[in-house]
Amino acid sequence: MNMVRSHILVCGGTGCTSSGSQKIIKSLEAELKANGLDNEVKVIQTGCHGLCALGPIMIVYPEGSFYSRVTPDDVKEIVSEHILKGRIVKRLLYQETVQEGQIKSLNDTEFYAKQMRIALRNCGVINPENIDEYIATNGYEALGRVLTTMKPQEVIDIIKASGLRGRGGAGFPTGLKWQFAANQPAGKKYVLCNADEGDPGAFMDRSVLEGDPHAVIEAMTIAAYAIGSEQGYIYVRAEYPIAVARLKIAIKQAKEYGLLGKNIFNTGFNFDLEIRLGAGAFVCGEETALMTSIEGHRGEPRHRPPFPAVKGLFGVPTILNNVETYANIAQIILKGPEWFSSIGTEKSKGTKVFALVGKIKNTGLVEIPMGTTLREIIEEIGGGVPNGKKFKAAQTGGPSGGCIPASLMDTPIDYDNLIAIGSMMGSGGLIVMDEDTCMVDIAKFFLNFTVDESCGKCTACRIGTRRLYEMLEKITSGNATMDDISKMEELCYYIKENSLCALGQTAPNPVLSTLRYFRDEYEAHVRDKKCPAGVCKSLLSYEILPDKCKGCSACSKVCPAGAISGELKKPFVIDKSKCLKCGACIEKCKFGAIVKK
Amino acid sequence: MAKRKTEVPFNGTKEQEERLKAVIEEHKHVEGALMPVLQEAQEIYGYLPMEVQIMIAEGLGLSLSEVYGVVTFYGQFSLNPKGKYKVNVCLGTACYVKGSGEILERLQQTLGIEAGGITKDGKFSLDATRCVGACGLAPVMIVNDDVYGRIVPDDVPKILAKYA
Repeated sequence: MNMVRSHILVCGGTGCTSSGSQKIIKSLEAELKANGLDNEVKVIQTGCHGLCALGPIMIVYPEGSFYSRVTPDDVKEIVSEHILKGRIVKRLLYQETVQEGQIKSLNDTEFYAKQMRIALRNCGVINPENIDEYIATNGYEALGRVLTTMKPQEVIDIIKASGLRGRGGAGFPTGLKWQFAANQPAGKKYVLCNADEGDPGAFMDRSVLEGDPHAVIEAMTIAAYAIGSEQGYIYVRAEYPIAVARLKIAIKQAKEYGLLGKNIFNTGFNFDLEIRLGAGAFVCGEETALMTSIEGHRGEPRHRPPFPAVKGLFGVPTILNNVETYANIAQIILKGPEWFSSIGTEKSKGTKVFALVGKIKNTGLVEIPMGTTLREIIEEIGGGVPNGKKFKAAQTGGPSGGCIPASLMDTPIDYDNLIAIGSMMGSGGLIVMDEDTCMVDIAKFFLNFTVDESCGKCTACRIGTRRLYEMLEKITSGNATMDDISKMEELCYYIKENSLCALGQTAPNPVLSTLRYFRDEYEAHVRDKKCPAGVCKSLLSYEILPDKCKGCSACSKVCPAGAISGELKKPFVIDKSKCLKCGACIEKCKFGAIVKK
Repeated sequence: MAKRKTEVPFNGTKEQEERLKAVIEEHKHVEGALMPVLQEAQEIYGYLPMEVQIMIAEGLGLSLSEVYGVVTFYGQFSLNPKGKYKVNVCLGTACYVKGSGEILERLQQTLGIEAGGITKDGKFSLDATRCVGACGLAPVMIVNDDVYGRIVPDDVPKILAKYA
């Protein structure tokens, strides 16, 4: 192996790739070569580091300098200053790591200090396209131990004792699921991985697949041994091209090393793995719909029971776990169930990864022990709401979840607490909203999503969600009466009770939770015909404040409807009958003279 | 998930047909072959017109209604051809709360088409997509493979001009 003096890690997650990290890697390699350093310095493309807000991210070891928002133009300076002369380029450092002229460790910054990385332990650390790097961080050791020293039931007992629950959202105990499938008579069985991450605003599964694909492959092989299966499928969203490419590479490498395929670890155990691509249907994240889709049909959910553990894919016993669930398995085997169950709350063990997005300073991926409060996540790890705005609500659980108001920010996050306050864990999207977000509009946004994604099998969901959407539209357009709000609530419960799968059963949650905590906002729309957040267009009117307007005419030039007129250097006026409420004028005004009311 | 059928006449080439036949042959005996075949067919033709669906149905021994049912169920499959430049706006929650709705509106205004449509010259097609997972860059729009993040409506004309 070649000895190198320095490693440069460049993030190759989707966020950083989208902002140009591939170009940075190319120019870095070229620049190193031009300086004759390509034998001394190694460039490694890693998975996601989590701090997507500051991407593209580059870390230079052994110093551990964390460079943020790097551009290809910065590469020359980094090589000539840092690599050649040993002088850290301070202007590019993540400013949180610079304190009173001293540079502190990344793990001491607010974003990372409260995190605990189990599922994400290798993301941003190893090159996901190199199996040797995974093995060097104890990869496949758990599989070796399981196959050579344990009976299948012992594996299941460990997972049960750890208290691990499904990270896809519903929180079903993983060990129990495996037990049900193992109890079925021997024969054909399948192990599936749900990587159809459809919740808008959630991208933890994608980051694990992109940053540490072998962790999923190893865990699926362990699961296969535990339940007695020889074939597995990973069902991935087609919208995740980088994840799919890295998974393919990982499967190929694992086969070459004899860690997948026939006679693994010389124990006579066989397991093969295939990738199946989704095609953009949210309902396929539901377990029975996912199986119907792999079978090549419209992804409609099936009736349960029989449960998949008894009669799943192609009619045989099947287990399906989420990516993040699998990412915990090898660690539990290696460190023991007691270690895992010592983390978290009484009924929710271990950690949970959240995608922290929306109106928050440090957008990105965070992994926290269960029981951390929302306040800690948003104010400390997330750095709070930017631009001096006030926190209004956090949305978890995607279209199945709800909005948590500021008054409940000190709730410790776990499966049961979130359900108690009208939301749910979901796959882990955590979208922060500030005072400029209208809660009725957000409820409408999610309903629009479920109307589109309802598979159409159950009438209550297919037609009910559409009627619910129309009622919300009536409210946001100022045409509703107070009676409509109670009718809407009634319809919500009807849809919940009469739908077959979780999509329909949870579709009204965004409406119910916003009604529960932000009823006054609904009433303002209905009674006063006002949108307090200034979002719902039909209820807004634009006005120019005469004392602030300088008469520069910038607004009248940009107005697409010709609704603004006036004399130069005198206050302009908006003709409300012509105004389209597009907001172009507000964007253009330098003096803050235009307001929405 | 209603989908409108295209009025653009089908003009597949012999070479495309050969490739499709090879794909069908390769998957014929795989369980659940329809989805992977449709995905590859869309790669070959760019969309899935009725003519292609008929070839697939016959090749895999399925009824056309079954194939059509699957095509219209999944958002990724398109019955219409796409533009030379495929413009996508992310309407995931993170992008939405950061104003991607206004980006989409501006795109519709500028291009003069609705989401799901294509300009008359076939140059631009516009779609609102589900979360692309680049939430750290919200709001996001994508033109073919180029991703533009943290944009405001006023950036739209400048971005489109790059592809004029």
